Amino acid sequence: MNDVKNILEVKHLRVSFHTYAGEVKAVRDVSFSLQPGSALAIVGESGCGKSVTAKSVMGLVKKPQGEVKEGSEILYNGENILQYTPKQWQHYKGGECAIIFQDALAALNPTMRVGKQIMENLMGHKHMGRAEAQKEAVEMLRLVGIPEPEKRVRQYPHQFSGGMRQRVMIAIAFACDPKILICDEPTTALDVTIQGQILDIIKRLMKKNNTSVIMITHDLGVVANIAQEIAVMYSGIIVERGACRDVFYRPRHPYTWALLQSVPRLDLENKQVLASIPGTPPDLLNPPVGCPFSTRCQYCMPVCKNRMPENTDFGGGHSAACWLHHPMAPKVDMPDRKGDV
Amino acid sequence: MSREKEVLLSVKHLKKYFNVGRGSVLKAVDDVSFDIYKGETLGMVGESGCGKTTCGRVCIGLYGKTDGQVLYRGKDVHAITGKDRHAFKKDVQMVFQDPYGSLDPRMTVAEIIAEGLDIHHIAKTTHDRQERIYELLELVGLNREHANRFVHEFSGGQRQRIGIARALAVDPEFLVLDEPISALDVSIQAQVVNLLIDLQNRMGLTYLFVAHDLSMVKHISDRVAVLYLGSLVELTTSEELYSHPMHPYTQALLSAIPIPDPDVEQARDEGKIRLEGQVPSPIDPPPGCKFQGRCRYATERCRQEAPALREYGSGHFAACHRCAEEQG
Repeated sequence: MNDVKNILEVKHLRVSFHTYAGEVKAVRDVSFSLQPGSALAIVGESGCGKSVTAKSVMGLVKKPQGEVKEGSEILYNGENILQYTPKQWQHYKGGECAIIFQDALAALNPTMRVGKQIMENLMGHKHMGRAEAQKEAVEMLRLVGIPEPEKRVRQYPHQFSGGMRQRVMIAIAFACDPKILICDEPTTALDVTIQGQILDIIKRLMKKNNTSVIMITHDLGVVANIAQEIAVMYSGIIVERGACRDVFYRPRHPYTWALLQSVPRLDLENKQVLASIPGTPPDLLNPPVGCPFSTRCQYCMPVCKNRMPENTDFGGGHSAACWLHHPMAPKVDMPDRKGDV
Repeated sequence: MSREKEVLLSVKHLKKYFNVGRGSVLKAVDDVSFDIYKGETLGMVGESGCGKTTCGRVCIGLYGKTDGQVLYRGKDVHAITGKDRHAFKKDVQMVFQDPYGSLDPRMTVAEIIAEGLDIHHIAKTTHDRQERIYELLELVGLNREHANRFVHEFSGGQRQRIGIARALAVDPEFLVLDEPISALDVSIQAQVVNLLIDLQNRMGLTYLFVAHDLSMVKHISDRVAVLYLGSLVELTTSEELYSHPMHPYTQALLSAIPIPDPDVEQARDEGKIRLEGQVPSPIDPPPGCKFQGRCRYATERCRQEAPALREYGSGHFAACHRCAEEQG
């Protein structure tokens, strides 16, 4: 892939946390790239390292507990952000790359009016004056669909409902026209009708500013709605990645495949037994030597337990890390899901 | 068809108001009526704050009622006393949403499960008691070795299994499942749902399944009740609800759920019904239909007069003036 085309490129990212119990290897060698104006969804269960990946891109992994390992590279427009000076970081965080968290109430400052929280960003990054920033803050709130923005800028976060708070977060994130927006489960805590509204806003602003989005979620419905590309994570590694349609219709990793079958669908017949994945994800304190999914995989072979599988490329950016695609592996029918829909 | 089935629980014009001070009243459940038949799963869905949890809790007597009646096998749940009440508590059990908060961290798994056994004197000897605990653990997919551990040693999915084992210990026939899966991961959700369906088939249980995830509710339920701001807006079989939703709120709710299939999802994205605004406060709601503020079909009549729940076709209930006018 061409380096210039990608706005963000993550190469061999490894992140660990030092705890009393030992070193937790939250992210173990993750590589992906992001094109301008496109949306990448990182899908996985809790504890698979998807949030940590996103936080490293945003520079939020805190030392000394957290550590981005030697050899990791996060290239933003070709520059490695891990070698940024504090001044460059300041410009990057919020100005070039912004993040929306799951829990808006915890992420917003409860002692500050929401208007000021938006203005802070505008005054810091765009060097606006107070009056101008105030006007812009009202405009931002209107843009994200908050009624009576003139009145609302003067209110505190606790006076907003869950959906409205998430809109404020989006307003803050978009205030400085970031090139990359990271959404860390932005709709998980919200009702479905509000979730739809929030996704619409994100998609509209994405199109308007040509922003790239990294969407972190475990909801495959949200992924289908917004993403052009998908990376499926499991216990700190990306097991499969590719274009949205490839991953949904031609999953090539048993985990992706099981994940897709374990969600019931509204538009299909019910009462069929859901394919569940037995067992639980492995402990990241002592991650297994071989494929992390081997303990839960129905196709597990002896080699899976001993050696980490390599990425097999299927063309068009679609790849999966599974021993089943090795020439010597027994042939297993990977279902093309398009057929049964 | 439904007439031949035995009614297990009958809810009649149930109201539950909470006094929130300064003379304000929060109408959490406002005139709700439905029946639950023996052996079926009734799903109850709605957005947060619509009163679905409260409704489930009032049904089994965890909360008192403000008005109306809940009849369990013909007996008023809120009026039974003495021996009958003891028996009722054995027949009806609940599984809670939060698998972390609903289990006592200072008790071992065996103690948690055996509490009900002891209260209802189900196990005659210590050996029986121990065997029953093991049997229950294995029933929900855990091991014998788990019996003497404490709750903090388990993952969310395992804890939910402990919660289910505790509920099943006293051999109940009716279970209220209050969002049993919403705190769990996708792959674990499927495990727990499959367990619940399997247990129902084996033991003939009746479920009231409260959840906000409509696709999971569709999967597990025979019939589904949709609540909005404390009122029942639609009640029908799950196939009928998803193929022919009548109430505008149900239509919007179904349309808002993203389908995990990019082609289907992107094709329907344009035609989605988008609800504006949010659920209004259940404190002192305005008169008329509760949904009228967000409804695209709202008329003057909707603002004045609350629609009654009416039956359209066999067993399809909806509360909407527009449905009434269209169907005549």
